[in-house]
Amino acid sequence: MAEHAEGQQHPLNVYFWIWGLLFLLSGLSYATDFLPHGYLRWGLILLFMFLKAGFIIAIFMHMAWERLALIYAIFAPPTAIIVLIAAMALEGDYTLLTRGTFFDEPPAPTGQLDGH
Amino acid sequence: MQQSALIDSAYDKPGHPGIIDDWSADKQTFPVPWGKAMMWIFLLSDIFIFSIFLTGYMTVRMSNPVDWPIASEVFALTIFGYNMPLILIAIMTFILITSSGTMALAVNYGYRGDKKKTTILMVVTAILGASFVGMQAFEWTHLIVDLGVRPWSNPLGAPQFGSTFFMITGFHGLHVTIGVIYLGIVAFKVWRGDYEERGYEIVEIAGLYWHFVDLVWVFIFAFFYLW
Repeated sequence: MAEHAEGQQHPLNVYFWIWGLLFLLSGLSYATDFLPHGYLRWGLILLFMFLKAGFIIAIFMHMAWERLALIYAIFAPPTAIIVLIAAMALEGDYTLLTRGTFFDEPPAPTGQLDGH
Repeated sequence: MQQSALIDSAYDKPGHPGIIDDWSADKQTFPVPWGKAMMWIFLLSDIFIFSIFLTGYMTVRMSNPVDWPIASEVFALTIFGYNMPLILIAIMTFILITSSGTMALAVNYGYRGDKKKTTILMVVTAILGASFVGMQAFEWTHLIVDLGVRPWSNPLGAPQFGSTFFMITGFHGLHVTIGVIYLGIVAFKVWRGDYEERGYEIVEIAGLYWHFVDLVWVFIFAFFYLW
């Protein structure tokens, strides 16, 4: 674990490989723009996004060589975001449904509302 | 680095037992320079800010009955007579990836003690970052002046496109701008020789910030421009 005391020192080749790989992945994610909207396109967007993010964090930001204590301290808290995303996806669907029900159709005649 | 032998023996447990050992033993938890730990914690707060922006964007886009503008058409450019969809954003993406690479090399040469190469690579990184901001200014001008998009209205469709676009790319652009200034200052101090005695950890810390800016762009590119 000498690199922790001496700073992060790795062979230059590692960086050039990852650099090239990030270029390739960026090109591929740009290419998804030519696909029709659908699960294939969305899946590929997410795949290339997570691969790029992973290589940047692991190699360029040196997380692959840090101790687990630091990795967990930084990347465990953001998993809470998944709950927010799920909740907001439900909420977004519900709002769209409500808007469809109340804004798209003409207002109900007052006579019908009196019956309630 | 006379401390290195001491640090090695205190942080030698690998894997999950190592986590317990690092947190519970009577020692510093993270065997990294304090500035690096603090930068990571700052980046953690930034992860939350950008995640919440993107989640907000997802919510307004999902709940919108009005058509969302098609990003690949909005950000298309005509180059040499060809209409190229989303090309400006693709160029910006490649510029940012390139600058991340030069930054990674700057960190590496810093730890080798190569003052000249570190300075040059950091200046190149800053110039690439500045050109990214310049292209973003061009993109904003195009949207505001030519297309008439505003944070509160949008002639192309859903008004929320305007508000989320200016909010998310604006906040990211602000990060890039601050990063360019930060890199410029650190590059100047490297060139002046401030870190010859103290060591070049500061270059790695500045690098962490810069890579994070690139990292955020990966997510913005995927969710805002491609989705």
